[in-house]
Amino acid sequence: MRSAVNVKVAGFGGQGVMMFGQILAYSATKDGINGLWFPSYGPETRGGTANCSVIVSEETINSPVFKNANHCIIFNLPSLDKFRSNVETNGLILYNSSLIEEKVNEPNLTCVGVPINDIAIELGNAKVANMVMMGAYLELTHLFSDKTILAIIEKILGEKKADLVEINVKAIEAGKQYIQQQGVVYAA
Amino acid sequence: MAKILMKGNEAIALAAIKGGVDAFYGYPITPQNEVPEYLSKHLIANGKVFLQAESEVSAINMVYGAAGAGARVMTSSSSPGIALKQEGISYIAAAELPCVIVSVMRGGPGLGGIQPSQADYYQATRGGGNGDYQLICYAPESIQETIDTMKGAFDTADFYRNPVLVLVDGLIGQMMESVDFDRPVKQRILLEKSWATNGTKNHPGSRNIANSLHLDPVKLEEHNIHLQKKYKLIKQNETQVEMIHMDDPDYVIVAYGTMARICRSAISMLNEKGIKVGMIRPITIWPFPEQAFDQIPSTCKGILCCELSMGQMLDDVLIANNGRHKVGFFGRSGGMVPDPEEIVDAIVNFKDKVVK
Amino acid sequence: MEVKYQKSVGLTDTPLTYCPGCGHGIVHKLVAESLVELGLLDKAIAIASVGCSVFSYQFFNCDAQQAPHGRACAEATGIKRVLPNNIVFTYQGDGDLASIGIAETIHAANRGENITVIFINNAIYGMTGGQMAPTSLIGQKTTTSQDGRVQALHGSPIHISEMFATIEGVAYMERVSVYDPKHVIQAKKAIKKAFQYQEEKRGFTMVEVVSSCPVNWGMKPTDAMNWVKTNMIEEFPLGIFKDKGDQNA
Repeated sequence: MRSAVNVKVAGFGGQGVMMFGQILAYSATKDGINGLWFPSYGPETRGGTANCSVIVSEETINSPVFKNANHCIIFNLPSLDKFRSNVETNGLILYNSSLIEEKVNEPNLTCVGVPINDIAIELGNAKVANMVMMGAYLELTHLFSDKTILAIIEKILGEKKADLVEINVKAIEAGKQYIQQQGVVYAA
Repeated sequence: MAKILMKGNEAIALAAIKGGVDAFYGYPITPQNEVPEYLSKHLIANGKVFLQAESEVSAINMVYGAAGAGARVMTSSSSPGIALKQEGISYIAAAELPCVIVSVMRGGPGLGGIQPSQADYYQATRGGGNGDYQLICYAPESIQETIDTMKGAFDTADFYRNPVLVLVDGLIGQMMESVDFDRPVKQRILLEKSWATNGTKNHPGSRNIANSLHLDPVKLEEHNIHLQKKYKLIKQNETQVEMIHMDDPDYVIVAYGTMARICRSAISMLNEKGIKVGMIRPITIWPFPEQAFDQIPSTCKGILCCELSMGQMLDDVLIANNGRHKVGFFGRSGGMVPDPEEIVDAIVNFKDKVVK
Repeated sequence: MEVKYQKSVGLTDTPLTYCPGCGHGIVHKLVAESLVELGLLDKAIAIASVGCSVFSYQFFNCDAQQAPHGRACAEATGIKRVLPNNIVFTYQGDGDLASIGIAETIHAANRGENITVIFINNAIYGMTGGQMAPTSLIGQKTTTSQDGRVQALHGSPIHISEMFATIEGVAYMERVSVYDPKHVIQAKKAIKKAFQYQEEKRGFTMVEVVSSCPVNWGMKPTDAMNWVKTNMIEEFPLGIFKDKGDQNA
């Protein structure tokens, strides 16, 4: 891992954007490195576009805010328009091709579309689209192990929602498989 | 203990519990609501006191009552709410009662906004309450430092019989970080609260009174001189500052809280450009680390004060600098948080930022 | 020599600062005697408010706090919640309680805070020199209603006892007066009952005392007491407005 990875996650409220970011920060903490998560908060998170920033680093995290992300995880079109120009050279834009028809292409960036809504509906639970995205993201970056992610998901769902662990794990697997099938490799 | 990931506001609450809080009185306001929410669950479950007051005004006066009764008590709020508490804060400081006040700053003035800000530096260090009083005011830069501060805050308040204000911006309240709750706290020798108004049966032969009224001007001046002696002692013993890269810097940044962390990243970027920048990071903003400015070498080309405000700590920087170096200012407000690149630009274009 | 009567040990030796003919001195005595007779003095904490009774912390011979204007019930709440077995009472005037402190008082009552409020209603701001109070009578001349209180301009006198009787958390609410010995005895019974209820942890108790302010009313002490009897009691009828103890008995 490099010294710090800056991740921007953005989409509609309700798409699981905040949770996606929190899982990364929880995973970093579990792996004994530093995680930082902060949300765009307040009324804008209700129904409108929501975004959060995550920093994962082996070193002490200085600025919690960053201009450009290394990885930009985009769940809808307004978020793509807002953040596509704020990605570091050699960075990654991972986007929801179920809601974004355009074949995204930015110079010096790896851009990967995953139809997360379609895959989630095929799996039988539209709500796990964000975990399909998570699978795709982990397959591209290998940021955290399956074991770490599973432990965090189990912790977040808790005993009350333990029955949902299985579908979430399936969604992550489906996201990984999609990337493998596409043969996309993210080098950075 | 292994680190855990925790939201700043919840970490404040848990650290208060670790610091020995007996009672919390507060009123809802964004962006600090997770503080009372967390405490409402965990204080009551442990036989401690949590009460949602009818207003910030009531909450701070409940704090006054409980502090006078000898309890370790706190409140938390955000900018407009802290404004409402100023009356009570002045009374508590005047009556020399210990308490902890957490202020999670949002954009102002007025109802302002709910995004992060540092526009309450005046409110924290100059006070909106009446009279010559001071709060011991910490301005941590991370959730970890906030936890360490909160854990020791009740001891500090008790030691000096003075309110302690922990001042953070909304970003620290709302973000999550990997933190450790088991770091050591400064040990203080604390006396029994023989002054507490807990009934004369607990201290036969004398009456304890929590009071701020001294109608006789001679008495009131004596009281003020007494308070100033205490404040002088606090200045001597409690001033905290971090000096970063202060060996032969081209420029020195002065920043606290989240802004200091943004500046840390900017300083790394500037170093890569071959510009040597140091930082004075006040950890206490009252007392303000004036003496740190004596360490700025005469070759330094300027001091840049950076704040999430239109320039409030700037006053203290100008006083501490005392005309020795050029002083510039960079600020954002209203909830706008700059990225490190903006600080880099401000140093590169320092001459455009000079105010004095 | 046999002592027939002496100052209550519930009061300190500090001379009272109240004006001749003012009801505060009488009510202080009643509060002090009640605490002593109930054996509660050494665990009592008095909250002095802002107004003429601002110095009451010097007079009650127990621990005390002096509260900002209107905030006595909030301060009492803060104390009582951390010291639930002590006796906590506020001593407030009509400006402090019924005007600037009405929110604190209503919410303390509504939470059923187990505190006692001694509310002195003399229909005027005494300490600041005779301004109109929320309890001033219609037509009453004050320094800020120089042609008399007018309902259309200033509203009507606020009825605290009637209002608080409607609040669930209130265990005891009585309005008394101190204009003659008979009523002084009745006032003491009410105050004692309020403290007794607090000791029994029954909830919020308040005694409203309709009292006099001869100096700011511009009257002789005897005339002032007569004015209480003839004018104020008409607006503020005496009696028990709520007694949960009776209901439960």
